[in-house]
Amino acid sequence: MTPEEITDILKKQFGAKIAGFKFETAHPRVEVEKSAWPEVARFLKSDPRLQLNFLRSIASLDLLEDEKFVAIYDLLSMRPPTKGGDAWTMENEFSVHVSTERSNPHIPTVAQVWPAADWHERETYDLMGITFDDHPDSVIDQDGTHPRRILCADDWVGHPLRKDYKFPMEYHGIPAVTEFDQTRPIH
Amino acid sequence: MAETVLEFQPDLNLDLSADRIQQEDMPTEEMLVNMGPQHPATHGVLRVVLRTDGEMVLEAVPHIGYLHRCAEKIGETLQPYQYIPYTDRMDYLAGMNNNFAFALAVEKLSGLEAELTARVKYIRIIFCELNRIASHLVAFGTYGLDLGAFTPFLYAFREREYILDMFEATCGARLTYSYITIGGVTHDVPENFIDVCTEFLDYFEPKVVEYNNLLSHNHIFVKRTANVGVISQEDAIDYGLSGPVLRGSGIKFDLRKAKPYGGYDEFEFDVPVGSGEKGRTGDCWDRYIVRVREMEEAVRIIRQALEKLRGTAGQETLHKKGKSLKLPEDEIYFEIENPRGQLGFYVAGDGSTIPSRVKARGPSFCNLCVTERVCHNVLLGDMAAIIGSLDVVMGEVDR
Repeated sequence: MTPEEITDILKKQFGAKIAGFKFETAHPRVEVEKSAWPEVARFLKSDPRLQLNFLRSIASLDLLEDEKFVAIYDLLSMRPPTKGGDAWTMENEFSVHVSTERSNPHIPTVAQVWPAADWHERETYDLMGITFDDHPDSVIDQDGTHPRRILCADDWVGHPLRKDYKFPMEYHGIPAVTEFDQTRPIH
Repeated sequence: MAETVLEFQPDLNLDLSADRIQQEDMPTEEMLVNMGPQHPATHGVLRVVLRTDGEMVLEAVPHIGYLHRCAEKIGETLQPYQYIPYTDRMDYLAGMNNNFAFALAVEKLSGLEAELTARVKYIRIIFCELNRIASHLVAFGTYGLDLGAFTPFLYAFREREYILDMFEATCGARLTYSYITIGGVTHDVPENFIDVCTEFLDYFEPKVVEYNNLLSHNHIFVKRTANVGVISQEDAIDYGLSGPVLRGSGIKFDLRKAKPYGGYDEFEFDVPVGSGEKGRTGDCWDRYIVRVREMEEAVRIIRQALEKLRGTAGQETLHKKGKSLKLPEDEIYFEIENPRGQLGFYVAGDGSTIPSRVKARGPSFCNLCVTERVCHNVLLGDMAAIIGSLDVVMGEVDR
């Protein structure tokens, strides 16, 4: 199925909750309202026409000028072999953009739909700071309830992939300055 | 004759599990054990926190990030061709494949792919497949090492040496190559490359039989791996597994076949899958044997590619545009089949020469997340077998 056909199915099912789409690109995708995202995700996985059962990755974008973050979900439908062959096939490829405001970034989790999302969402929280609500591996600290960090240390401050991230000058007494006249790490 | 009545009636509710015997003989209590970060069987700096009761592992939670270098942030400050060396250091056992994934993603995004010559295409495939053999040799050797077999490790490294020599003769590096770059490959292959490579393949093919005799069908090895760490097909798809780990569960899915990239559609090869020969489908032995059989398939691909390479002598191997490439205001997500699974790169451009976002989807990262699911009520001794069979490279997990 082409991305256009999948988008038509989604529009029929969800109407205005599909906020937009883009096809003239190397990465065809739809944009989904974040409040409707778990519902749309369940539909994408369970609908017999789509069966997007394999979550490949969750990427994220920091759009500083537009004041928003975007989470990019890449999906794949892996189908069991039909008659006359034993190879599993890749029927559909699809990707979804879910955006959230930069000041208070929250997106509902889809780890219940695709268990693979668990670690991807933890990584996205850790590096980009998008909080995935109701994540199965959440912790509560001064930043509120959020997925547990995965790559950075648990007491790390800030989210390195944000465009306005300030590199720390020291961490637990370890200086980040490597040259005598360098005031901050050069990047 | 009257119906025979057995005098001995076996008590079918009798609990013969290890748990009961242990409780009677020796009281045990729950204990938290840190496996790693410095542990030979975790293949790098992986820490797995085990909740154990005697010899049983009730729960295993992996903790990662010890090798985190934020390679994705570095990608936002460099031109794509400058970023190639960083991709080498993600999955350092399969540098060629990592270079290939990133180069192809950028070339597809910028439209450079159509301008590449056939020679570039074949050289890339030959080196990726050679690197696949080298990477699987390490996986094969260290897996034996995890389970107490030292000899296969030496055999594997003996053959790997020949491959690294070929790489060194071609690009000067033995581990982090940066050979496949944006717009082609950095150097053309040496004049005698086809002969040397054919000689190696002739030498290597019988060795796989030797590996099978030495390790694959070794009784102790089979006992340690068959029926251990079974991953069902549903779990394999739900947890986003890929590569030999996915195919070990009997799912015949390979991106080189399902969605051929970079010229793989021109070659004939099979996709080996696990079928529960020694135990149940999806156990550690299945994942292991998929890697061994993939080495044989890689040999087949290289032989065909070498034939095709002969006809392309004299063609350009490096496109001049590679170093001054402007990325359009667009984005792409592109995956290839790495030795460990599907390696994907998400690249977003903003009209300049430097991408605004680079994200790597590492197969090891996704394969490792199934540990928590599989290592549930397993024996402590099987932990090394299960983690080893996932064949993770921590450089890629942590990026």
